[in-house]
Amino acid sequence: MMRRIGTVVLAGLLTACAGQPSTQLRGTGDLGIVIERAAGSVQIVEHSHNTTLARVEGLGDLSHASVVFSRDARFAYVFGRDGGLTKIDMLTAKIDKRIIQGGNSIGGAISQDGRLIAVGNYEPGGVKVFDADTLELVADIPATTVADGSRGSRVVGMVDAPGQKFLVSLFDTGEIWIADFSKSNTPKITRFTNIGDQPYDSMLTPDGRYYIAGLFGEDGMALLDLWHPEKGVKRILDGYGRGSEKLPVYKMPHLEGWTVAGDHAFVPAIGRHKVLVMDTNTWQQTGSIDTVGQPVFVMARPDARQIWVNFAFPDNQFVQVIDSETHEILATLEPGPGVLHMEFTPRGEHIWISVRDKGEVQVWDTATLKKLHTLPADNPSGIFFSDRAHRIGL
Amino acid sequence: MTVTKIASQFFGVIMMSLLPLSLSVAAPLSTERQATLEHLLIQDCGSCHGLRMTGGLGPALTPQLLADKSRESLIATVMYGRPGTAMPPWDALLNEQEAAWMIDRLLQGVTP
Repeated sequence: MMRRIGTVVLAGLLTACAGQPSTQLRGTGDLGIVIERAAGSVQIVEHSHNTTLARVEGLGDLSHASVVFSRDARFAYVFGRDGGLTKIDMLTAKIDKRIIQGGNSIGGAISQDGRLIAVGNYEPGGVKVFDADTLELVADIPATTVADGSRGSRVVGMVDAPGQKFLVSLFDTGEIWIADFSKSNTPKITRFTNIGDQPYDSMLTPDGRYYIAGLFGEDGMALLDLWHPEKGVKRILDGYGRGSEKLPVYKMPHLEGWTVAGDHAFVPAIGRHKVLVMDTNTWQQTGSIDTVGQPVFVMARPDARQIWVNFAFPDNQFVQVIDSETHEILATLEPGPGVLHMEFTPRGEHIWISVRDKGEVQVWDTATLKKLHTLPADNPSGIFFSDRAHRIGL
Repeated sequence: MTVTKIASQFFGVIMMSLLPLSLSVAAPLSTERQATLEHLLIQDCGSCHGLRMTGGLGPALTPQLLADKSRESLIATVMYGRPGTAMPPWDALLNEQEAAWMIDRLLQGVTP
């Protein structure tokens, strides 16, 4: 009897929080966040029935916003361009906490144990770390000052790694840092310098072993083996564009997650209409795939059988699907102008695509390559599903 | 000297003399083109400079920060990019009149 009363009270409380007449208990495993970047709002969506559940407003400047999830997958932490860090309760569709933590930020990560939120900042350049429950400041790590002494380096490519670590790359000073919070909230920082010119983003393998930073200032990537950090950072894909002229880059590519199938990894080439293929045993380039534009996101379906690619302006109306075994282009889809991001459902049967200029999020079937649903959204950019809560390095 | 060469040199001279002229007497941009440029400015320039032009990987482009820069050098930056940085040349997609229009919009201040 006590138990039933408890349940009723809990349900009543949830209803009260939501401010809606009836709120049923529900899980969060099929929830997600869609960023409406110009409006400064987000949609809470669910991918079991492809619907929008709620809109949360008042998140400030969401240019380039990204999201991580609490380990119970109830809360979404939204990193805004204006330094805003907003913790959203996805069940009640309310802002739980919100702070302005910096002047200009690029993204963040949640620690292995779920207790810390780290944010990479352009201004002031550096990393700030917060308590995930309270958003109180735990650590402030200024970046290396740039050569002319005017400011700290911009920080990019923030990921979490096993052992209560965060990794970042420093765009202006060409460094990779490991911030180790395993012993205390005063992190042990390991700095790798001269890793290459202008690292622009990075990714971590799903096992948390390899951190790879893409370089904008030169053709190549920087690889750090976290099982053997003492071996230092190694250059891979060195000089991949040799002999071909680089095109103007109208949008910076992103490295997100890890796009690997069998022994091959797929990464965007900078300033070229190509996806590069490398052998993950030797880290040597083994090939390249010609694409319709300059790749921005190169993402493997969760079963790694297909690679989905979107493109920089002025080719951002297209999405191409690549066979991960034969490296053939299976399809060139045209969701519409301004394709900014893609997110697979956790097991990969669908992909959600944000089509900014049509004001739509589209749901596509990855087997038939047909569009299934369309959800209206205000200039949508990033799409983030809650299964990210349980994945390393996002 | 072949006819083609002469023709191309002649054409070059014509083009050279036409360029400044075409700028000064160019027809105003159509409303439709202005809307496209405004969209490009906020969404695509905004990818690096922020939708509110408060900066990102690219520097902030607010009217206050641009106030002491010459309009001509700003237009040149849009057209030819800034080597050594992530700023690309836009001359394949914009002409000088359009670049000038975008700089003027920035000097007025844009909001998404």
